Amino acid sequence: MIYLQLLYSYLKIGFFGFGGGYAMLSLIQNEVVVQHGWLTNGQFADIVAISQMTPGPIAINSATYVGYSVAGFWGSVIATVAVCLPPMTLMLLATRFYLRLRKNPYVAGAMTAMKPVVIGMIGAAALLLLFPHSDEGKSFIDTWSWLLFAAALIASHLKVNPILLIILSAVAGIVIYG
Amino acid sequence: MRGLFDIFITFFRIGIFTFGGGYAMIPLIEREVIDKKRWIEHQEFLELLTLAQSAPGPISLNTSVFVGYKLRGYAGAAAAISGVVIPSFSIILLIAIFFFDIRHNPTVDAAFKGMRPVVVALIIAPIVSLSRGIKPWGIVVAAAVAVAVWHFGVSPILLIACGAAAGLSWTLWKNRKKLKG
Repeated sequence: MIYLQLLYSYLKIGFFGFGGGYAMLSLIQNEVVVQHGWLTNGQFADIVAISQMTPGPIAINSATYVGYSVAGFWGSVIATVAVCLPPMTLMLLATRFYLRLRKNPYVAGAMTAMKPVVIGMIGAAALLLLFPHSDEGKSFIDTWSWLLFAAALIASHLKVNPILLIILSAVAGIVIYG
Repeated sequence: MRGLFDIFITFFRIGIFTFGGGYAMIPLIEREVIDKKRWIEHQEFLELLTLAQSAPGPISLNTSVFVGYKLRGYAGAAAAISGVVIPSFSIILLIAIFFFDIRHNPTVDAAFKGMRPVVVALIIAPIVSLSRGIKPWGIVVAAAVAVAVWHFGVSPILLIACGAAAGLSWTLWKNRKKLKG
C-alpha cells in the first residue's frame, strides 16, 4: 500500500515538474510534507541541503531519500523510478517530434504563461520553510538562523558557490549550537 | 562505435559530477557530449536545452534521454538515463541508511541547524534571476501563486495546469484575431 502511495506521489511529481530543480520543490513539499506527512518541514530542508552537496537533481535525490525513509530499499527504488518515468516518456515523445513542437505557437504560449507560475512555486517552497504552519522541525529557531539566512542571501547574490555555502553553514552550525 | 556501454559510462560521469543539479551540469554535458565525444552539434544542443527546460523533470534527465535516443534509439535512452540516475541513487541511498543513525548525533544536529536557514536563502536566490525580463503581470501572478500554495494550500499541480491552459487560450485568441483582422 505504501509502495502504491509512493509510486503515485512521485509519478505526479515527475509529470508536473515543469522548470526542474527548485521549481519542483513546492510540488515535492506538497506531496511529502503537506499531503502525506512523510517528512517534517525541517527534514525537508535537510534533504535540500543534502541534495545540494551530493550529485544529481533534487527530484531524484528526494525520491530516493523519502522512499527509503518510509518503505526501505524497495521504497527508494520505486520512488526513484516513478519520478523518472513521466519526464522520460514525455522527452522520448518530444524528441521524435521536436523540431515541429519547438516552433508550435501553442506550446510556446503555454510555456510563457507557465513561467510566472513556476517562479511563484519556488516562492511558495521558500515561504513554507520561512513561515511553517506548525513548529515541528522548523528551519528558523533563533536570531542566529536569521543572521545566517541574511548572510547566505548576500553571498549567493555575489555568486558564491552554493556547495561552499552549505559547507560553511554546517561549520557555523557546529560552532553555534554544538 | 557508439556502444551502449560508452553511452552509459559518459552519462555516469556526468551523473557523478553534477553537484547542485540543474544548470550547474550544462557546462559538463557540453564538454563530454559535444567537445569530447562529438555526439551532437552545438546548435542542436542549444535547441535541446530549450526542449529539456520545457518538458517536466530535471534537465539532466531530459538531456540524457534526448542524446541517448538520438544515438541508439530506446536502448540508448535507457543506457543514458541509468548512467545519470545510478550515481545519485546510490549516494543518497547510502546517506539515507547512514543518516538514520547519525541524525541524532548532537554535532550532526548542530550542523543541520546551521544549514537549514541557508538552504532557504539558496531557494530564494534563483527567484530574482528568473524574474528578470518578466512583465509586471507575471510578477503579480507569481506572487499570487506563492501565497495560494503556501497559505491557502492550493495544489501546485492545479496551478501549473491553469497556467498552461491560460497560455493556450491566450495564443488561440491572438491567432483568431489575426485571422479576422
